Amino acid sequence: NMATLEKLYKQVENIKAIAEENRQKENEAAVRIQSWFRGCQVRAYVSLLHKNATSIQKIWHGLTARALFRQRVKTAYFITKMNFYNKMAVKIQQRWRGYYVRKYVHDYYARKRYLEGLTRKNKHIRRDLEEVAELQWKERERITLEKQEKEKNIQAQRLHFLLSTKQCLGVFNLPFRTEPDETELRLRKVRPLLVRSGPFRPALEVQQQRHRPLEPSLHIITSITALEEQYEGLMHTSTPFEQVAYGTKHFREEHKEYLKGKKPFKTVFTTCHVFDKFGRLYSSAGNIV
Amino acid sequence: MSQRQILQVFEQYQKARTQFVQTVADLAARPQNTETLQNAGVMSLLRPLLLDAVPTIQQTAALALGRLANYNDDLAEAVVKGDILPQLVYSLAEQNTQRFYKKAAAFVLRAVAKHSPELAQAVVDCGALDALVISLEEFDPGVKEAAAWAISYIARHNAQLSQAVVDAGVVPLLVLCIQEPEIALKRVAASALSDIAKHSPELAQTVVDTGAIAHLAQMILNPDAKLKRQVFSALSQIAKHSVDVAEMVVEAEIFPAALVCLKDPDEYVRKNVTTLIREITKHTPELSQIIVNVGGVAAVIDYLGDSKGNVRLPGIMMLGYVATHSENLAMAVIVSKGVPQLAICLEEEQEDHIKAATAWAFGQIGRHTPEHAKAVAVANVFPKLLNLYLDTESSEDLQVKAKKALKSILQKCTYLPALEPLLYEAPSNILKHVICQFSKVLPHDSKARRLFVTSGGLKKVQEIKAEPGSAIQEYINAINNCYPEEIVRYYSPGYSETLLERIDTYQPM
Repeated sequence: NMATLEKLYKQVENIKAIAEENRQKENEAAVRIQSWFRGCQVRAYVSLLHKNATSIQKIWHGLTARALFRQRVKTAYFITKMNFYNKMAVKIQQRWRGYYVRKYVHDYYARKRYLEGLTRKNKHIRRDLEEVAELQWKERERITLEKQEKEKNIQAQRLHFLLSTKQCLGVFNLPFRTEPDETELRLRKVRPLLVRSGPFRPALEVQQQRHRPLEPSLHIITSITALEEQYEGLMHTSTPFEQVAYGTKHFREEHKEYLKGKKPFKTVFTTCHVFDKFGRLYSSAGNIV
Repeated sequence: MSQRQILQVFEQYQKARTQFVQTVADLAARPQNTETLQNAGVMSLLRPLLLDAVPTIQQTAALALGRLANYNDDLAEAVVKGDILPQLVYSLAEQNTQRFYKKAAAFVLRAVAKHSPELAQAVVDCGALDALVISLEEFDPGVKEAAAWAISYIARHNAQLSQAVVDAGVVPLLVLCIQEPEIALKRVAASALSDIAKHSPELAQTVVDTGAIAHLAQMILNPDAKLKRQVFSALSQIAKHSVDVAEMVVEAEIFPAALVCLKDPDEYVRKNVTTLIREITKHTPELSQIIVNVGGVAAVIDYLGDSKGNVRLPGIMMLGYVATHSENLAMAVIVSKGVPQLAICLEEEQEDHIKAATAWAFGQIGRHTPEHAKAVAVANVFPKLLNLYLDTESSEDLQVKAKKALKSILQKCTYLPALEPLLYEAPSNILKHVICQFSKVLPHDSKARRLFVTSGGLKKVQEIKAEPGSAIQEYINAINNCYPEEIVRYYSPGYSETLLERIDTYQPM
């Protein structure tokens, strides 16, 4: 009884003491296990959350990246297009610039044509100038030749006495010659120079003067009563046909009784003969040019 | 004594005076007598005779004075110092004086004014210009001619005297004189206008404003040679000052009629026409273009062929001016066969200034493009230019121009056969350009490379000593790079020695 109770109490206290010893360890172990388990739970939950978040983010990233990608594709396409257009535009501009420069800035063919035209023009000008020079030279030659001819003629005129006659052959027509000299022919052609001694006038003028018709001056021709005579009366009039002197010839009154027996005044008077012979004398003295 | 005997004394005196003055006038006509006359004191004796009562004595005394003053500027100064001029000027302005005396008085003024600007100034100071203007309005053409001549001699010296002449209102009267029928008067009036217009652009403008150009242009085809000389000289003195007056001269439609005068028998007419063309082409490319289009270049080139000596100078300068403006015009000169003609001029002429002008003209023609340079090179001009540059007897100006021309043509020349002779003779500053051209052409043309080697050019190039790093060395390197190494080594100097040295080191097997 009591010993067994005490033994039991001791056993229980042993067990309690052992249990008390192990209580801490076992508590801690239980806490550890529980905390690990709770940790697993939480971890599982968190990992689920992570997975969900990741898939949301994955989807989101995919969306945005695809949008970006589409944009990049668009820009790349645009850039390629623009490069292509630029290259084509450069080709067009090259052609245009080439055309423009060749046509307007430096036209090679126009220049070539211009230079050919210039060569032709030069040729014409050179030909024309030579022709003109030739003409002028010929003109000058002709004038000198004419002068020489004239001088030779004058010389022949002076030496006209050396002309050969039938009886006496002249110096220029000597017998041993086959044909007469040039000067001889000239002598035959030319009229002799008649040297007149004295201040004679040319024959033609003298003839003209000798046979000049009468040129009476106006004074001689007109009758002195011409003014009175010129009026011829009309046949069928009855009035006296003389001009009434009063009013035309004189404007003063006439006193007939004083003028009885007197002759009327002559209205024509003698003129002065200053210019009668003007220009009709053969001397030219007094003719002012 | 009776009255008749008294009068006889006076008659004898008058006869003596007449005879004296006429003999002096005849003696003064010969230049060898002037010194004796001057020593005998002829001035002081002639002076009172100018105031003589008898008009014939006055006239002959004035004529004698004029002839004396003509020869010698001492006598002219004596005329000025002796206060003779105011008397002459007064009688010139008087209405009643006979025209012979006016002519003689104008002759004296001209004879005094021609020697120097100071004497001309003295003539102007006496109030001669107003009197001369009055004589220009006279009827008699002889008086007008003498007055115009005196005016031209006064205006000739410098711009101030010309300005004084213009201020006296002479120019419109001269233009009226040009329209008169007498040829001598036209000549003198044209020469007076030429002398007035030559000094400055304002004076030329004054002459142009009175409408002189139209009248001068009408006289171009007049048959008288001396008149044409003066007309062309006047037109060229007017045209040289500015573009506007040159354009006005061209607008007067003198071309192509003036080109006909390039075949005139008188040498100075041709020279003056060429001077006129040169003054016109000098200003702008448009004016040069007008002249080229009308065929002026061909006419001038023919003129160069026909003439010799100093008169060629304006023609050569005209070609140079035309070629300067643009490469089109330079090509026009080449196409008109200008280059062979200029080469002939360079060959024939002896005077340095003409050769210098020809060298300058070549430089202007050849400097534009390789085409132009080739045209100049083909005419075999380079050796001549080089000789002119190197000749110690050439003047400074000639050497400078020849060098500049060579340089400017060489910088564009790609015609190798003409460049090769220069390799051997040229000094280093010219050689630099020659080698430069070779280095530009050889890399692209295989036939030229072969020719260069066979003609010995590569050998010569190797012999040139140049400092490393200088431009010549670079060009030589560029040339050497066109050829394989063996060839370059073969032609380098001293190759035979190096080959022989190899014999010494060679061990026969």
